[in-house]
Amino acid sequence: MTASVVVTGLGITAPNGLGTKDYWSATRVGKSGIGPLTRFDATLYPAKLAGEIDGFTPAEHLPSRLLPQTDRVTRLSLVAADWALADAGVSPADLPAFDMGVITASSAGGFEFSQNELRSLWSKGGEYVSAYQSFAWFYAVNTGQISIRNGMKGPSGVVVTDDAGGLDAVAQARRQIRKGTSLVVAGAVDALLCSWGWVGLHTSGRLSTVNEPGLAYLPFDDRAAGHVAGEGGALLILESADSARARGARVYGEIAGYAATFDGREPGLRKAVELALADADMAPSDVDVVFADAAAERELDRIEAEALVDVFGHRGVPVTAPKTMTGRLYAGSAALDLATAFLSMAEGLIPPTVHTEPADRYGLDLVGAQARTAEIRTALVLARGHGGFNSAMVLRS
Amino acid sequence: MSQPTFTLDDLQRILLEGSGAPEGGGLEGDALDTEFSDIGYDSLALLETASRIEREYGITLDESVIGDATTPRAFIGAVGDHLAVSAA
Repeated sequence: MTASVVVTGLGITAPNGLGTKDYWSATRVGKSGIGPLTRFDATLYPAKLAGEIDGFTPAEHLPSRLLPQTDRVTRLSLVAADWALADAGVSPADLPAFDMGVITASSAGGFEFSQNELRSLWSKGGEYVSAYQSFAWFYAVNTGQISIRNGMKGPSGVVVTDDAGGLDAVAQARRQIRKGTSLVVAGAVDALLCSWGWVGLHTSGRLSTVNEPGLAYLPFDDRAAGHVAGEGGALLILESADSARARGARVYGEIAGYAATFDGREPGLRKAVELALADADMAPSDVDVVFADAAAERELDRIEAEALVDVFGHRGVPVTAPKTMTGRLYAGSAALDLATAFLSMAEGLIPPTVHTEPADRYGLDLVGAQARTAEIRTALVLARGHGGFNSAMVLRS
Repeated sequence: MSQPTFTLDDLQRILLEGSGAPEGGGLEGDALDTEFSDIGYDSLALLETASRIEREYGITLDESVIGDATTPRAFIGAVGDHLAVSAA
């Protein structure tokens, strides 16, 4: 007996919109948040574009006690968690502490904070390094700070599987809820648009060095030349369907299926899709839309397109990649895709994939620059992490 | 040369700079004898505060200060003792 696990709250921080309302109103009409990187002087780096979140003033949202001890990624995470809880109509103070958990994914931890402290270390000496460096850099810090701020002492943790983490964290939350935890804050926010983070991102060899925002990130396009990096992501409130029903919560939908695979002799993405559908007890024909990983790297695009054609047939299912409007947010991207899929279901609208002109040879029914109206009851979200991680998650309205 | 002093105002200022103000007011009012943990400052906040005091005043505080001085009055007293020793 496996209990149904549902999503009752969304908290979104994205380059093209801060908060669910702003994000969705931008995303549904194809408004991109990609532009020149302004956080530091990037003119001498190969990649110069990014999806930056503008207009985020931490002091407006968080007590000053939290500011000296947090990186930007943790501030964004704390605010996304606050918004998700408010959206779910949950007051953590009213619930038993051990019935609530926090499970996030992270690709880099608090990079900018660390950069500043390491600069103090080599330029001024160890006595100038903040005591808060002890945890502010850490992958698990977003989970920890959300847990402390909201008094959540139930099962918690962090998943580090690069972009796949956004799905893997939500899957882990689903496991904990099935084992008896009432509520889990789950998802991912990443933010590493500092010069040290930027150097690290370049090592993947997958950053686009195209300088025109409309041409830099073109998945499934013959001009594909890598991706643009962005910051942000989403946190979701997961509950058992029973407890959501008991408190009369509004439900976005269900986490109906999930699977993770690792690349071996063959790419593992198709297997992840098949296993996730099996886990959801659904057939390919049940799926109304796919949110693609959309690497925008020829070989990876080919592998993803082949997996989708193998499972769904030639142009067999609408495919979209709204991350073309935000850049890849690493672990944050897949979590944001989950949130976006629920918003798509609510409106009956598949958001666009901007800028891309899909190559015919991929055989995909890619939703282009115009959003498409459709009744969406089931969505499949795909994510791949650097080094061979593949994850697939099936959502049902 | 007059001996440097360390007052509640100094502690308040350095705590704010290094660790911010907790929700609920922090060191406002008559918190001199309230435990730091009840004010909203944990051991890490005191570690950061001690580090900043050491830099600003050019002294080295015993590690025991952070564990033993659990109220503002005790902390101010311990820093004052170190200043007196280093000035002697």
